Amino acid sequence: MINIIVNMVSRLLRGIGSRMIARVWRLGAGTRLFMLAIVYSGESFRRFHLTLREVYFTGVMSLLIIIVSAFFVGMVLALQGYNTLQKYGSSEAIGVLVALALVRELGPVVTALLFAGRAGTAITAEIGLMKTTEQLSAMEMMAVNPIARVVAPRFWAGVISMPILAALFSMVGVLGGYLVAVPLIGVDDGAFWSQMQANVDVRADIINGVIKSVVFGVACTMIALFEGFDAPPTAEGVSHATTRTVVISSLTVLGLDFVLTSFMLVV
Amino acid sequence: MTSNIVEIDNLSFGYNGRVLHKGINMAFPKGKVVAIMGGSGSGKTTLLRLIGGQVKPTKGEVRVNGQVVHEQSRDGIYQLRRSMGMLFQHGALFTDLSVFDNVAFPMRELTDLPESMIRDLVLLKLNAVGLRGAYKFMPTELSGGMARRVALARAVALDPSIIMYDEPFAGLDPISMGVICGLIRSLNDALGATSIIVSHDVKETFLIADYVYFVANGEVAAEGTPEDLMQSTLPFVHQFVHGEKDGPVPFHYAAPDYRAQLLG
Repeated sequence: MINIIVNMVSRLLRGIGSRMIARVWRLGAGTRLFMLAIVYSGESFRRFHLTLREVYFTGVMSLLIIIVSAFFVGMVLALQGYNTLQKYGSSEAIGVLVALALVRELGPVVTALLFAGRAGTAITAEIGLMKTTEQLSAMEMMAVNPIARVVAPRFWAGVISMPILAALFSMVGVLGGYLVAVPLIGVDDGAFWSQMQANVDVRADIINGVIKSVVFGVACTMIALFEGFDAPPTAEGVSHATTRTVVISSLTVLGLDFVLTSFMLVV
Repeated sequence: MTSNIVEIDNLSFGYNGRVLHKGINMAFPKGKVVAIMGGSGSGKTTLLRLIGGQVKPTKGEVRVNGQVVHEQSRDGIYQLRRSMGMLFQHGALFTDLSVFDNVAFPMRELTDLPESMIRDLVLLKLNAVGLRGAYKFMPTELSGGMARRVALARAVALDPSIIMYDEPFAGLDPISMGVICGLIRSLNDALGATSIIVSHDVKETFLIADYVYFVANGEVAAEGTPEDLMQSTLPFVHQFVHGEKDGPVPFHYAAPDYRAQLLG
């Protein structure tokens, strides 16, 4: 009986240990890929058209989902905000509420979540399939460095695209909020814009939002790239890697958002 | 001075506790077409990866142009690879690039040639494999045989001195097989290169190879000219060359007693 319990406990501990080692190994391998992407960025920048091409695929192609989502998020924010604010007789502050919620939090966070689902999965699947079909090996055998040719351009495209997408998200969200608050509900036009102008601070709100979106851009793109690079070269391997990209990116973005927000509020 | 462009000396390799090669010796003379044959999983493709420096041997060494591959730095290995071309089993064409851009890829990445010259060279290479007319196609629009020919044009884009072929005949129809077979020989002779073919297609390989190595159980089981090997009485070679179902390589994978497994 004791032997059985000892065996069960030791199996459990071994299982936890091996999972932990695998996680730490993946974290190390991911960090190594990130460092290599930085090291080979110079080589990649010499052919900047590769990065621009990826900006098109990750950024421009994500525009539709970002704009449509932002519009609805802004409209819902205005509806919910008005519902609460009118109880306190401050419905004119609806513009500030929409703008601050979008610029500080929802813009960077929701954009990053949508980016992970739209562009992140595409990056993982593409690189995973390139590995499966030996395209990366072929590149290596041609003495072409896949980090400089494939990873670095996609990395910088993600880092460049994310703040622009987040800014567009906030802008369209404010427009959606305006359409609901002013023409639909009847909030005063001047109050909507002037309160927003008076209460949204460039440094404390907008710059902090931009910093968040850059950090999320680095995190989401690196996770997508690493998962693709690390995917087992099978259909199942690529499918699991794509799922992991969405799950890990989403959790990382939400976790990082809390850390960054705490840091920004303290500083 | 040796005339061997590639030499494999007492090479051993394995991973995850599995031994794949045990003290292999091979030589690939300049200008020759040399084949490495053996059953599936015998480590033939890994030998190409060892020559290309994609994996390191656990013992022994591979020398390319007299340089030990695994002792080279990353830049050194890349320098060696510039003298190599490789045809992958399924072509490994870049699916986001057209046929033209696939062949132009190594030229654009590794040379400073002007675009007008690259254009002429790409058309020359595509003409050599008979696909000049398909230069605008995307890889998804090509048949298996055409994709293999484009990949061959890309492999010889920079006139390499060593051309490696990983299962060049696998999955091809007889016509494509004959075309690829002829191209391997003619390109090798035209470029004065050395070709290393990894294959288990006996008929096609024996037709073009000057020398053949048979790999089995991690060792060189037999070697010689195709004529010698056709006459070989070695049981493994005889079974392989004549495609016999049973022999030293058993039909059944090691399994417990059939009756006991069914009843138990």
